[in-house]
Amino acid sequence: MKYDLYDFRTRKLLESLIGLAMSVGVIIALLVLWEVSADLNLIDPMFSSSPSRVVTTGLEMIADGTLWKHIKASGRVFLAGFGLAVLFGVPIGVALGWFKWVNRAFTPLVSAFYTMPRIALMPLFIIWFGLGDAARIALVVLSAIFPLIVNMQVAMQNIDGDYRKVGIAYGATQWQLFWTIALPSSVPFLLTGLRLAMGRGLLGVVAAEIFGGAEGVGYMLQYAGATFQIDVVFVLVVVIMSFGVIFDRSLFWISRRVESWKIAEA
Amino acid sequence: MTNVLTNTLAFDFGGTPFGVAPPGVAGHPPKADDGGAPLREGPWGATPAPEPVSAAAPTRPTLEVKGLVITYQNQKTGELTEAVSGVDLTIGHGEFVTVVGLSGCGKTSFLNAVAGLIKPVAGSIAVAGKTVTKPGPDRAVVFQKATLLPWRTVLGNITYGLDLRGVPRKEARLRAEKYVDLVQLRGFEHFYPGALSGGMQQRVNLARALVTDPHLLLLDEPFAALDAITRENMQAELLNIWNLTRKTVLMVTHQIDEAVLLSDRVVVFSGRPGRILAEIRINLPRPRTADAKYCSDFDLLTKKICGIIQHSASKKATWSYEI
Ligand SMILES: Nc1ncnc2c1ncn2[C@@H]1O[C@H](COP(=O)(O)OP(=O)(O)O)[C@@H](O)[C@H]1O
Ligand SMILES: [Mg+2]
Repeated sequence: MKYDLYDFRTRKLLESLIGLAMSVGVIIALLVLWEVSADLNLIDPMFSSSPSRVVTTGLEMIADGTLWKHIKASGRVFLAGFGLAVLFGVPIGVALGWFKWVNRAFTPLVSAFYTMPRIALMPLFIIWFGLGDAARIALVVLSAIFPLIVNMQVAMQNIDGDYRKVGIAYGATQWQLFWTIALPSSVPFLLTGLRLAMGRGLLGVVAAEIFGGAEGVGYMLQYAGATFQIDVVFVLVVVIMSFGVIFDRSLFWISRRVESWKIAEA
Repeated sequence: MTNVLTNTLAFDFGGTPFGVAPPGVAGHPPKADDGGAPLREGPWGATPAPEPVSAAAPTRPTLEVKGLVITYQNQKTGELTEAVSGVDLTIGHGEFVTVVGLSGCGKTSFLNAVAGLIKPVAGSIAVAGKTVTKPGPDRAVVFQKATLLPWRTVLGNITYGLDLRGVPRKEARLRAEKYVDLVQLRGFEHFYPGALSGGMQQRVNLARALVTDPHLLLLDEPFAALDAITRENMQAELLNIWNLTRKTVLMVTHQIDEAVLLSDRVVVFSGRPGRILAEIRINLPRPRTADAKYCSDFDLLTKKICGIIQHSASKKATWSYEI
């Protein structure tokens, strides 16, 4: 019995290791292909860089502190914007989903904003908030807030009627229904909203910095592109990609932890 | 007078976090069910808790339903469907009464009205003399579907009703622990419902209701979703629990043998709209065990009830043929 379990676990571990090895293998294969084609001049390194050049440039940028400086600037904008989006988006979504009349009154407005490309508002933000962080933060907020609003709204509207009935039967007030039934059952929606908002927020930061500014990853990306520093462009692409993956994975991991009740024991 | 009292009580319950402490103390003079207090404090003895108060002055029946009519309106067409039509039912303190009837005859509607979850269009419902207008701490419902909150552990689900009433966490836990033993879930307190079998979930459902110490326990086909063997085990356990707690119970079921086995009285509903066709006293000896099924009276009673239901159903059928 014990051995069976051991075998089972070993097999599972082996399976996931093989999966990991394969996905890493694909990436390495592509990098090698890229490197070799650049070395053999099959593609013009002037326009396409190469993995080794990206790494060297990356290390240089780390060493002289430029990379860190820009990441810090972008991170500041992202955190502020994302934080504000959560702070306002979650309660707004809850209100929209919980109160019927609020829903009726505001849903058309929300939908209009939701479908509109947010970057189109950047000129307005620059006029209102100036060229500093504020305009960029505003764009991040506006990018990240809608997935949160919409997901929380849907969460509130999809509360299981049976759970609500249990709450009411045991004498829950509206307030108690909200705290003991609505909020816990909205957690999966919240996590989905956060994940989407992260992606949108990241997009918002880069877009805002490309649009205007004097520092940040997006600014540097734009500058490097305009001055044909292809290596730098690739370094920054890798940086942005890494942040996206790290955020997404960490939220995924959190949601697995939080929703452990879905599967089994405490 | 009664009305005013009822309204303020109902309001108190909704409005104050520390609301009505243990049910039964809620502002009425000592009532029959205050006999529940020793049960709450002490361990279960071999014999049921003594109830001197109830013997002295059972002022009002635990449940009084008069002329109850329940009608549903179709949200699209506005068409009205009568689900329950003029039901009178009185349940005395400590009595176990079961309503049986075919599926769709209005049993759940009737129970939900008593629970205060739906409003009847006519008639009155009073629990221990208080008119029912909405759910209250004097009643607790065990739903047909266990509907445990999946984000709460077994213990958390059992304390749910107490948490809503603002019972301090420690006390709620302590009270819940006793019911964990009663429904034989020791060792599973910290499991989430998703990891429990259907039978275990239904036990939690039962414990969640019992722990609130209601005047009247409402059971809506509590074992209908279980497989035959689990169902029989649960019936035996419910008998045992009833022997220990002597709760006043209103159960609805479509299973006639279940009704006879568990109840003191069986109320037979007609097909929709539900009316009372007959009331049958079950004089099988108490304290009862599942062995009561092998009593000769048991078969007689089930056959009699079955006959009444079939008779009314067939009468309806021939009627419609004739028309
Ligand atoms: N929410 C509802 N809206 C409309 N009709 C309903 C509703 N609930 C029950 N009914 C109707 O009322 C009748 C009685 O239902 P119910 O009380 O659930 O019966 P039972 O529990 O005996 O099976 C059924 O015919 C059903 O279709
Ligand atoms: Mg039913």
